[in-house]
Amino acid sequence: MFDLVWLIPTLPALGVLLNGLLGRKIEAANKSLVHWIACSAVGLSFFLTCLTFLELLQLPAELRLVEFTWFNWISAGEFQSYWAYQIDPLSMVMCLFVTGVGFLIHIYSIGYMGHAEGRYYRYFTYLNLFMFSMINLVLANNFLLMFLGWEGVGFCSYLLIGFWFGNIDNARAGKKAFITNRIGDFAFLVGLFLLITHLGKHGVWSVNFTEVFSHASALPPGIVTAVCLLFFIGCTAKSAQIPLYIWLPDAMAGPTPVSALIHAATMVTSGIYFVTRSNILYQMSPLALQVIAVVGALTALLAASIALTQNDIKRVLAYSTVSQLGYMFLGLGVGAFSAGIFHVVTHSFFKALLFLCAGSVMHGLANEQDMRFMGGMRKKMPVTYLTMLIGTLAIVGFPGLAGFFSKDEILWKTFASGHVLLWMIGVFTAGLTAFYMFRLIFMTFFNECRASREVQAKIHESPRTMTVPLIVLAALSAIGGYIGVPHALGGSNRIEHFLEPVMGTGPGKLIAGGEHLAQEAAHGAYHPSLAVEYLLMLLSVAIVLIGIGLAYTLYVKERERPVQLAERFSGLYRLMFNKWYVDELYGLIAVRPLHRASLFLWKGIDVLIIDGVVNGLARIFGWSGTWLRTVQTGYVQAYAVSLLLGVAGLMLYTLFVLVP
Amino acid sequence: MLLEYIPILYLMLVAIGFGVITVILSSLIGPKKMTREKAASYECGLPSEGFQYFQTPIKFYVFALLFLIFDLECIFLYPWAVHYNQLGLFGFVEMLIFICILLVCYVYVWKKGALEWD
Amino acid sequence: MSPEFILPAVNFQCILPQILLSLTALLVLLVDVFGLVKKANALALITLAGVVFATLTLFSGTGLQETAFSGMILVDGFSFFLNLTICLILILTILVSMNYQQFFPGINSGEYYSLLIFAAVGMSFMAAAGNLILLFVALELMSVSIYVLVGFHKDNLRSIEAALKYFLMGAFATSFLLLGFAFLYGATGTMDLLTMTEFIRSNPEVLSSGLFLSGVLLTLTGLGFKISMVPFHMWTPDVYEGAPTVITGFMATGVKAAAFAALVRIFMVPLGSLPIDWSMLLWVAAVLTMTVGNIIALVQDSIKRMLAYSGIAHAGYLLIGVVAGGELAQAGILYYLLVYAFMNIGAFGVLALLGKKETEYNTLQEFSGLGLKYPVLGLAMAVFMFSLAGIPPTGGFMGKLYIFSAAIKSGYVWLVVLGALNSVISIYYYLRVIVVMYFQESGAEDVAFPAPSPAITLGLGLAAAGIMILGVFPSYFWVLAQNSVFVPM
Repeated sequence: MFDLVWLIPTLPALGVLLNGLLGRKIEAANKSLVHWIACSAVGLSFFLTCLTFLELLQLPAELRLVEFTWFNWISAGEFQSYWAYQIDPLSMVMCLFVTGVGFLIHIYSIGYMGHAEGRYYRYFTYLNLFMFSMINLVLANNFLLMFLGWEGVGFCSYLLIGFWFGNIDNARAGKKAFITNRIGDFAFLVGLFLLITHLGKHGVWSVNFTEVFSHASALPPGIVTAVCLLFFIGCTAKSAQIPLYIWLPDAMAGPTPVSALIHAATMVTSGIYFVTRSNILYQMSPLALQVIAVVGALTALLAASIALTQNDIKRVLAYSTVSQLGYMFLGLGVGAFSAGIFHVVTHSFFKALLFLCAGSVMHGLANEQDMRFMGGMRKKMPVTYLTMLIGTLAIVGFPGLAGFFSKDEILWKTFASGHVLLWMIGVFTAGLTAFYMFRLIFMTFFNECRASREVQAKIHESPRTMTVPLIVLAALSAIGGYIGVPHALGGSNRIEHFLEPVMGTGPGKLIAGGEHLAQEAAHGAYHPSLAVEYLLMLLSVAIVLIGIGLAYTLYVKERERPVQLAERFSGLYRLMFNKWYVDELYGLIAVRPLHRASLFLWKGIDVLIIDGVVNGLARIFGWSGTWLRTVQTGYVQAYAVSLLLGVAGLMLYTLFVLVP
Repeated sequence: MLLEYIPILYLMLVAIGFGVITVILSSLIGPKKMTREKAASYECGLPSEGFQYFQTPIKFYVFALLFLIFDLECIFLYPWAVHYNQLGLFGFVEMLIFICILLVCYVYVWKKGALEWD
Repeated sequence: MSPEFILPAVNFQCILPQILLSLTALLVLLVDVFGLVKKANALALITLAGVVFATLTLFSGTGLQETAFSGMILVDGFSFFLNLTICLILILTILVSMNYQQFFPGINSGEYYSLLIFAAVGMSFMAAAGNLILLFVALELMSVSIYVLVGFHKDNLRSIEAALKYFLMGAFATSFLLLGFAFLYGATGTMDLLTMTEFIRSNPEVLSSGLFLSGVLLTLTGLGFKISMVPFHMWTPDVYEGAPTVITGFMATGVKAAAFAALVRIFMVPLGSLPIDWSMLLWVAAVLTMTVGNIIALVQDSIKRMLAYSGIAHAGYLLIGVVAGGELAQAGILYYLLVYAFMNIGAFGVLALLGKKETEYNTLQEFSGLGLKYPVLGLAMAVFMFSLAGIPPTGGFMGKLYIFSAAIKSGYVWLVVLGALNSVISIYYYLRVIVVMYFQESGAEDVAFPAPSPAITLGLGLAAAGIMILGVFPSYFWVLAQNSVFVPM
């Protein structure tokens, strides 16, 4: 099975080729063939991933690292990079949910995008291309191939955000996402170059993960910190953290399944995946980890506070994604890498579910996104309502559902590692999350319907291709947490043990240099008692319940209160409603000065000086070309003479200059 | 080493000298009386007919070229014939192949109609 | 009394591909003259089958490193790589030729295909030659075939003019080459390249003798003519423009490959140890070749003529490799020749596709709006242009990169700077084609685009795919090229 791992990314690539090159014809001939190709490609990938995963499980824990080299990709001098994949617990966990959730969303898209006449094949081509890139990202065994996937997913995200580019706002949102990501990618690349050159000084010309990590201890600590921070800047762009999160809410301009797949479940988690993959490097730099934890916690809080006041259903979910990603980074920052990945997995289930439910609601309501014009959907869309409720309960961390285990794991690890302040932020944010998520539920599904009459008449439950993925995802959101039940609750935290070989602290010791880190971790950790763990768990559950209760009071029982509150705290409300004016701030301190500087460079320096020189040179070359072509008379005698003169010149030069 | 080539130099000098001297001598000694027959172009002693610059049919050249090519290829047979005993069967087969290739060309030329005058 | 006659060791295995090619050529000739097949493309298909088969037999000789026919033939990686390139050139040319019948029905004849093959056999023997005599004979085989091919369009005055010019100039230049070989023989006492290398190594003083240097110069003249090195380049534009378009592509790539093979065999290995100021000569020639080619190409309106001048410029880039010397540069030259084959035949193939009855379209105006009208064809042309301009991620970029980096390693930084500047100039005229194709309103209202035959689709597709593979996954072929450099045994 391991030898077939190359098929996992190749199948979606084949889908891209088929639909991309022949899509127009296929769609004209038989529309269903388009989604058959796309879905079966991803479905087969998922199937193969499952088989590979099962085979990996057969291996003993310390042997769970299989590398598959497909071919030599780039070789330049001593530097070698292969197109090679790595099968280990981490890549398998990622690949499983990427292909699995991706498959479900492909199926959902059949129903959702059914009315996209003429662009249908394009949509599925982009989606397959995204799958190809994402699989490369998580399966790659080296930085370079991973970066190819990293750029690929960014590119697909750009294409899909601007999918309805007929509307200029969508095109702008795509551009914003792309440019913001470029900033991060620039930092990422600088970090990579720094890493390569410094490892090269030690004779390691490789970007292979295992090789880089096993030689990481040779690097000076300053360099490691710089590399880690630069990488992290790349991650803040891709995974929407402070300060580069601003593109994600706007990215909701894309079709809803895309928001579910790319901007909630998979692509935005690649930053978390990357930090976890490089945990050896990060553990060598406490400063970098500290930065990650603080940024994560602040992002979680900030995004949650913005989500409180938003009225657009997708935007609420987008800010909640940013907030949840903040949780994951908080987990990574306190050294709980497997808890972070655990949350990535559960989050991908329930957030994909929530987005798809939102899509289903919008589908029924003639693409209405504003929650103020929704309401009372409980009766009309029972399946959507129930599944969305499960998703919401999962995300707020209702005991027993997926989010409860993963979020509590992060909070507990935060507390246990001594970051009490960050823990408090996390718990407070959990309360906010409960509030705004249930605000969403109540505004959408409860009370009376506020949509216009003609829209109300057409409200319907979504087709089977849409509801089935919802049900599957709801089931996963409900039970997905049981792969990581903590010891305190009588579980064995299987996912943590499964991921241990990948972590520098694990007992597998696949990676040299991990051992001393493990010892340090054992010494430095602070071990609160089991009682404290229970207490904290209860506390966070209580806060969640308070949040839900508050939402119920404000949005079901006393519905005039929110307006009064907004008036009383009008300053704070306006700040939150306008997203803390971050976009405007960036405009003021970065975009506008840059724009002005660019204008000067363009009009002043580029047009006058550089273009002047270039155009002048071009004119000179043009003239000399016109002159030189007159030499080309077409007379063969002239040609022969030039040949003869050439020979004579050569001979004279040689015999009189070279020989003496 | 260059001295070995001295006789050739002598020969060249004699040849050039002979040409130059005869031309000069004849122009000095010979009578100079121009007649109509003398001014006419010389063509095998027969009186010339028609316009001199006419196009020779291309077939003429084709024939000449083909003759030349096949004639030249025959030269290869000589060294082979001289060493026939040493070369033995191997040489025989080699020469057969060579002739076969020539034969293909011959067949081609024939089928193409290059050997027909009209 | 006859001297003892020594039977040379004969190893047909070593020249099996060439034998197969020659047999194919004879077969096609006979099939045509007897009128055995009636279908339109049958001759081309027979040729193609033979060539593909010969190409496959090439692979049986991989990894060999020996001499055959008393040192006449060198069977090594170098000849393998070049033979592969030449076979690819041949295959691509046949594929695009099948479409060219619409402009020139006479092309579908046995003579055409057999001449193509004979020219290729000449090229491949040039690549494999270990002896100056064989080199010369192979060069003549190639040249004579190509003289005829250039003038193959008998009803077209430009074609005949081109053939005559090429023939006259070629004969003139060849005489220099032959004289050069004679001088080299006089100076070193051998025609055998390996023996000559040995001789020079043990008698370095020969390098500064007038006889030897004159021989080197005259040889350079003869080969420089074939690769259109300045100042021996004057024939190139006229001939390239007059020749049938598919033949232009064939000779631009094939002759260049074969002549550079000879240059590498003679100049980079036996003369690798020439004093430094000698390579200054080639330095100047390389710079002039690039610059003259590029600058005149700037002002051309005909794409065909523009490509002809750009062919001169590309010879200049390749000469940088010859100047640089060393195995890395050799590998770079090999790689570049391979890429060049794909991109140039591709570009000429597109030219050979467009036009009204009997009239080809190759001015810029006629190309306007093409990219929007025929997106796939436009895309292919764009790929060829980007690659010729050396823009990543195409093969043309990797080829230049390898040659330039070898030159930098050998210390010729300024040469590389000039080379890079020249690439910048070239971008202007290559991209102009793309600009015209995509951003200008269609001028020629009825650019007849014949339904693309499977052959040309395959040919252009193969070329474009080759460029992209060489650009994105350079590793395999780069390693192959590095393993194929000529090192005397």
